[in-house]
Amino acid sequence: MAAKTTTGLDVQQVRKDFPVLSREVRPGVPLIYLDSAATSQKPEAVLQAMNTYYRENNANIHRGIHTLAEEATHVYETARKKIVGFIHAPSVEQLIFTRNTTEAINLVAFSWGRHNLSAGDHILLTEMEHHSNLVPWQLLAAEMDLVLDFIPVTPEGILELDEYQKLLNCNPKLLALTHMSNVLGTINPLKEILQDAKSVGAVTLVDGAQSVPHLPVNVADLEADFYAFSAHKMCGPTGIGALYGRKDLLEKMPPFLGGGEMIKRVELRSFKANDLPHKFEAGTPAIAEAVGFGAAVDYLLDLGMDKIENHERLLTKYAMEKLQEIPDLTVLGPPAEKKGGVIAFYLKNIHPHDVAQILDSVGVAIRAGHHCAQPLHTKYNLPATSRASMYLYNTLDEVDRLIDGIQKVKDIFR
Amino acid sequence: MEDFYRELIIERYKTPHFRGELEPNDITFEDDNPACGDHIRIDVRVDENQVVTEAVFSGEGCAISLASADLLLESIIGKSIDVVKELTKEDILDMLGIELGPVRLKCALLSLKVLKSGVYGIGKTDSTE
Repeated sequence: MAAKTTTGLDVQQVRKDFPVLSREVRPGVPLIYLDSAATSQKPEAVLQAMNTYYRENNANIHRGIHTLAEEATHVYETARKKIVGFIHAPSVEQLIFTRNTTEAINLVAFSWGRHNLSAGDHILLTEMEHHSNLVPWQLLAAEMDLVLDFIPVTPEGILELDEYQKLLNCNPKLLALTHMSNVLGTINPLKEILQDAKSVGAVTLVDGAQSVPHLPVNVADLEADFYAFSAHKMCGPTGIGALYGRKDLLEKMPPFLGGGEMIKRVELRSFKANDLPHKFEAGTPAIAEAVGFGAAVDYLLDLGMDKIENHERLLTKYAMEKLQEIPDLTVLGPPAEKKGGVIAFYLKNIHPHDVAQILDSVGVAIRAGHHCAQPLHTKYNLPATSRASMYLYNTLDEVDRLIDGIQKVKDIFR
Repeated sequence: MEDFYRELIIERYKTPHFRGELEPNDITFEDDNPACGDHIRIDVRVDENQVVTEAVFSGEGCAISLASADLLLESIIGKSIDVVKELTKEDILDMLGIELGPVRLKCALLSLKVLKSGVYGIGKTDSTE
């Protein structure tokens, strides 16, 4: 099977951009990286951008008068503009740098939530959320005596939209859900879901950790009130993520963390908060990481998000067909056309840890466990699953290597 | 790497010799490995001299964790609780006959952790009598 696909993406050329993909896991065993839903690999362009920043521009941003401080501020704010453009946000004031998706969701929970919710209010979530879009709301619910409701997931792995309509009768103040499940791969019909939430006056938050790296996302078109995502799953560095927010909401929200940068003026017993987006960026931010984030966005845009999406759809369809031919193997989630390149599966009577360990012996890196979505696994009565997840640099040949590896697992446990 | 899944481990995983539950029992304890969702319960019966007469495990886990539970329990039948208290990580690795990285080590040692927790638990009960 040729590695080049007909989706317009020159995968062999793409692979050359990622230094780690040329390494061997051990002598003679090349790396097959199928764990991009956990974190993606990084292209040379991102590594170079961060390296150059530290070699040539490194300084603390804002307020500095000297040349390096001005340059550092410029590259940091330029990165913000790139990310704003990438998700089609209306203005740079609406894009807050955070540590990751998790911190972005916590920011909304504790800044917006504490000041807009009161005892007895309902928050609507879904059964397919991962821990970062569950635990912040559990913490807030315990603190403020809120009610958490959950849109159920069908056995096939899609949201039960009839149940959703019923849950809207509870008049939730907030709907927080994932754009794409990190276990099932399900891509939720977000636009309709958000419209319906809006019609009952709910504020909406979208966990975009798995969607922004893989699909063209337009937050203005979706009309999401908040949209959170991480750089490290989209070819960027760890340690930085972003929160997009509706301007009128952000303006009324109090600061999340206090410190330098988020203030206009400080007295001994009081402060005046800075303007957006700086109001939410306390302390020295991850400047080099922002630069890397911007470079990642440039890299993805240069290739084209539609081409990347098409390539992953081809890989997913092929992998699903091959996996479903394997006896005693069950794939979680909906059919290929309703999902992204995340495929969780289990083999009858073989623990996912053993699957992952044997696959590693042939160089195939997958994840085994509950993928930070324990309630979803509990629902399906599975302690854990194996998960292969794909990205722009994966090939059909690599899917074949995964399938061969699974056959080896079955042979060992025969 | 195939050594990792040597026949003994696969065989004990597929057909364990000491799987089950004991009611009543003298020692029972259960615990999870939060990293992977493995769960093991161990039930033990001892005679009047505090020597293990029966020991079984139940629960879910990977081949490494369940095979090591089975081998561990086999090794303690006929041993006194004082000897069980002295068991170490090295004893488990010797039984398995493999070397393990830090993540899989937790799988291999879950049963020892459960057994020792149970054994020390009964020690506490004794001291209050």
